Amino acid sequence: MTVRAILMRAPGTNCDRELVYAFERCGARVELLTLQQLLESSDPFGGAAIVGFPGGFSYGDDVASGKIFAIEMQKSATGAPLAEKLTKFIDRGGLAIGVCNGFQVLVKSGILPGYAPDASGIQHVTLTNNRSGRFEERWVAMRGVACRAEFVPAGELLEMPSAHGEGQFMARDEATLQKLVDDRLVALRYVTKDGREPAAYPDNPNGSVLGIAGICDLRGRVLGLMPHPERNVEFWHHPQWTRRPERDDGTGFRIIKNLVDQARKGN
Amino acid sequence: MTDPHASFWQIEVAVRPGLPDPEGEGAQFELRELGADVRTARAYRGYFIDGALTRAQAERAANLLLADPISESARIRNTNDKPFVIDPDARRIDIIRKPGVMDPVAASVSLALEALNIQSAHVATFRCFEIVTSCGAEALRAAATKTLANETIELLTIDRSNPPLPFDPAARAFKRLTISIRALEGAALDKLSADMCLSLTRLEMEAVRDHYRSLDREPSDAELETIAQTWSEHCKHKTLRGPCDYIENGAAPRRIDSILGETIVKATETVRKDWCLSVFVDNAGVIAFDERHAVCFKVETHNHPSAIEPYGGAGTGIGGVIRDVVGTGVGARPIASTDIFCVGPADLTEEKLPRGTLHPSRVLRGVISGVRDYGNRMGIPTINGGVFVDNGYISNPLVFCGTVGLMPREAVRKEVKPGDLIIMIGGRTGRDGIHGATFSSVELHEESQTVSATAVQIGDPITEKKATEAILRARDEKLLRSLTDCGAGGLSSAIGELAEDTGAEVFLERVPLKYAGLRYDEIWISEAQERMVAAVAPEHAERLLQICREEQAEATILGTFTNTKRLLLKYQNEVVGDLDLHFLHKGVPRVVRQAVYNSPAESDPAPPRDSELGSLLLQILSSPNVASKEWIVRRYDHEVQGTSVIKPFVGVRRDGPSDGAVIAPVYGSPRGVALGNGLNPRYGQLDPAALAESSIDEAMRNIVAIGGDPDRTAILDNYCWGNCNKPDRLGGLVRASEAARDLAIAYETPFISGKDSLNNEYRVGGESIPIPPTFLVSAISIVEDVSRCMTMDFKEAGNAIVIVGPTRDELGGSHLHLVRNVGFGKSAPRVDASLGRAALRGVARALREGLARACHDLSEGGLAVAVAEMAFAGDIGAVLDLHNIPLAMGTDARVDLKLFSESNSRFLLEVPKANLEKLRAALIGVPHAAIGETTGGRELKISDGRKEIFNIPIDELRKYYKSGFPAMTARVPGGVL
Repeated sequence: MTVRAILMRAPGTNCDRELVYAFERCGARVELLTLQQLLESSDPFGGAAIVGFPGGFSYGDDVASGKIFAIEMQKSATGAPLAEKLTKFIDRGGLAIGVCNGFQVLVKSGILPGYAPDASGIQHVTLTNNRSGRFEERWVAMRGVACRAEFVPAGELLEMPSAHGEGQFMARDEATLQKLVDDRLVALRYVTKDGREPAAYPDNPNGSVLGIAGICDLRGRVLGLMPHPERNVEFWHHPQWTRRPERDDGTGFRIIKNLVDQARKGN
Repeated sequence: MTDPHASFWQIEVAVRPGLPDPEGEGAQFELRELGADVRTARAYRGYFIDGALTRAQAERAANLLLADPISESARIRNTNDKPFVIDPDARRIDIIRKPGVMDPVAASVSLALEALNIQSAHVATFRCFEIVTSCGAEALRAAATKTLANETIELLTIDRSNPPLPFDPAARAFKRLTISIRALEGAALDKLSADMCLSLTRLEMEAVRDHYRSLDREPSDAELETIAQTWSEHCKHKTLRGPCDYIENGAAPRRIDSILGETIVKATETVRKDWCLSVFVDNAGVIAFDERHAVCFKVETHNHPSAIEPYGGAGTGIGGVIRDVVGTGVGARPIASTDIFCVGPADLTEEKLPRGTLHPSRVLRGVISGVRDYGNRMGIPTINGGVFVDNGYISNPLVFCGTVGLMPREAVRKEVKPGDLIIMIGGRTGRDGIHGATFSSVELHEESQTVSATAVQIGDPITEKKATEAILRARDEKLLRSLTDCGAGGLSSAIGELAEDTGAEVFLERVPLKYAGLRYDEIWISEAQERMVAAVAPEHAERLLQICREEQAEATILGTFTNTKRLLLKYQNEVVGDLDLHFLHKGVPRVVRQAVYNSPAESDPAPPRDSELGSLLLQILSSPNVASKEWIVRRYDHEVQGTSVIKPFVGVRRDGPSDGAVIAPVYGSPRGVALGNGLNPRYGQLDPAALAESSIDEAMRNIVAIGGDPDRTAILDNYCWGNCNKPDRLGGLVRASEAARDLAIAYETPFISGKDSLNNEYRVGGESIPIPPTFLVSAISIVEDVSRCMTMDFKEAGNAIVIVGPTRDELGGSHLHLVRNVGFGKSAPRVDASLGRAALRGVARALREGLARACHDLSEGGLAVAVAEMAFAGDIGAVLDLHNIPLAMGTDARVDLKLFSESNSRFLLEVPKANLEKLRAALIGVPHAAIGETTGGRELKISDGRKEIFNIPIDELRKYYKSGFPAMTARVPGGVL
């Protein structure tokens, strides 16, 4: 079965084509559509098994990263708001992934972690300015956590570039953080190069609480992560490939491949 | 905002109390650095929205949009109400854009408010700090204007309860202006040129006057301005494309008909490579990549704006070169950027800083942030670059921005047809970049604030990104017949160039404006950023506009290309300009310039003692041109697009400096593009020929060292020079150009594009001093299979270390002399062309055959720096014996020379001993020798025969290498990222 994926981009999205390639490399058929095109469609996600939110600087990260994209998804050119259609798509068994800015969009729109909105709003967690106060790019190591999303490779050491200025994961309060852990929504955690925890700066590049690099939703169908799996696909992506005899696919590719495999199984 | 007296909601957002406030911490740090006693600083992002909204609406805007619900909190007031209550010990600093300065965030906020059903006609943003300090208002202002704000574009107020409200620049009434020129002679022509800031010479003004005499009418202001823009040095390169009489070291004068034509262009014509698809004609040079794709490359300078407002200058510099690439052929996708800065020393003491000059550390900080914010937002990896520090750049910093594009081969061709529509895509037009050039002196006085504010621009990368995506989709659907960017001269240059062979009719009132009240001539010559102009067949216009809607890019039909060979400008049904395109493009008179070159007197300093050599190595490693720039590189996204093969930093701890960068831009294909660059301003102080040759050779060595193919490499030239109306400045430029030509021909390496920035001079006392002659060579190469690429870090113990290429007595302009502070010395490195050619090809062959495990080129600091970098990058020690180093005939066997001479055409290879035999075959005809080996130890041990010279732990080498910019990295945890 060919898995169909829709990748959504807004003005300033810029990690889209490499994510398209990563999906196509594992046999998915990908449509890359603009937010505007999806807003104008009555059935934007029909026929798709996966919806992807690539990284970048949607709307320039103006105000806060992912915020304006999230608010734009509240628009409804045809019928229900796009965000609602996306939620329905996931309810029906659809999978979704958000990388970096895509993760920020999913968090700011409340789709991740997917707790019901309350008096304090739709967001129970956020991604905010790095503790260092600046954009930084460097390779990081993460450990996959046994979580609700089965396609996250639990226990594995995953390496990929981290490249952002607003990636510090923060929960509303201690109780919310504990609930995330108890609900098994923490999907990826920063570790040291040799796989140990806790990871201090710069192994934890942004000061995220508990070293959280990625989370999934309550249904285990949506994953968001700050580092870029689509940038560690080929063996020559690795910063030390000239030192190593290995010619294996990059460990970032594992995440995309697992996701597509999950969709292929019919979820 | 139109009415400065209206009320607004003022919303200010800060991190929640108790959470870290990195921006406030940064402000505190920087103010303290300037001697201000700052106990705490708290940063706010400020927003103004319409006062007509209800409080509930303003609160919704704050809570749903402007403040993060978890990490931030907002405070709200109406500007008619009481001021915010702040800490009684605190002073408040507000920083607000001056009228007409770009505010990209405001547009995004408006869009989001609309989605929340909050209709706000006006939105503006500002910044605010609350500072607890013992400083008085004036002392605080003095420090804050040095670091937090730039008063060229921003207003800074202290302790004002109501921050000044931003409002739009004043409108000007439409009035068609005719200029009397026909009756003018001599000095009166000069005065007109000066009054209108046309920058035309007497001879050129006479040509314009004679043209209008022959037409029997007077020109409109728009016509004169169009001619001035088209004939400007910036657009026409009159100096480099013009003739000169050249006298070298007292020889008989030689007439050169066109400096570029007989040097740089001549080289390209001579080597005639069929893989060069477009050279010197389009916005970038184009070479073949594979059967289906081509790559294009352009490097620009953006020096003057960066000196005044480094952040905006560098940002718009990179924005401009990106548009050059997007506007090559009918569209190329930007796939990589390279940025090189030449600045004064970051630790310059305040008393040495000339008045009116920004401190070099501020310039450097600003240009880095400008490149970061523009390049990262555009999603273009910044994969290569450099920083060169010299006192000669204190008043004239140089900012080189380069971008590579990828395009289908059939998109290289472009041709306008009469009847095609003129469609502008991208940003709106304001008074940006109109340097007061068109205002009369009376108006200039009234407008002075606006003028200074609009002379410097702030970029809007997302607008450029939207235009780029729309254009690339249109290209793929074959909707575009031709395309170019709006750069210097704005629409006047863009449409003037596209229409050169056809003609055009333009309706200026159709141009979308940032604010009302621009006059037609302002619209026509505005240099507002992020605009592209396309020629589109009428039947494709509807589809193009649909694509632009989907990409949220603004597109407007401005007129039609005609077959009249005239440029017809209309505004509200009136003709405001009607120019003969032949006169416009070919009418500029040619001037013969004088060029004189005399070699300077040189003398050698006394050599250092052998016992000093180890500490001299450490000093060179920590000197800014050699030391690690990792603290800069990590702020750039160098891996976006997922194409990175050889990164800026490599090795065990990812801290070894790569010679160049490689990307594989076509997904699923192993084919790659390699970039390198050469820049050696110190050599130019002794001999511009050494400068040019060394830059070419270094760029080529960069390419070869990472696995590029010297037979598939093209290069770009960038001249930054002094005032070339002065014969001695132009003489050096001619000498450099001729040397560049000869070496490019010998290497069979074509130039494909270039750029010049002349008139970089500054005053000391009564004297005008030129910047060091600066010649940047940027190289681009095709790599057949990226899996054969190479890095510079030592890989394993027990391998031989082989030096390739002979060492000469060439310490002139070296970094050894620099750190010893002994002047430039004598004998700057030249290139032996046939030997250099053989060395490049030989090393490329050795790498292709897989004979080496590491390769590094020898440049600043020579052999000693190269081996030190390879050792700490690989975390592997080495022993070297200098006794066997191949020396050129007649070279003294001095140890300082062997270690630190910067002779060209040299590499250092790590070679498994079993491969040494084969290496000999690959390097036939090239002097080389095994001079040591990698060890299991942690030291770099160097001896000369039986005499040990030094023995330094590699951790020590690394430590010095990472300590080159203490003034810039003090805020970074641990000093280095």
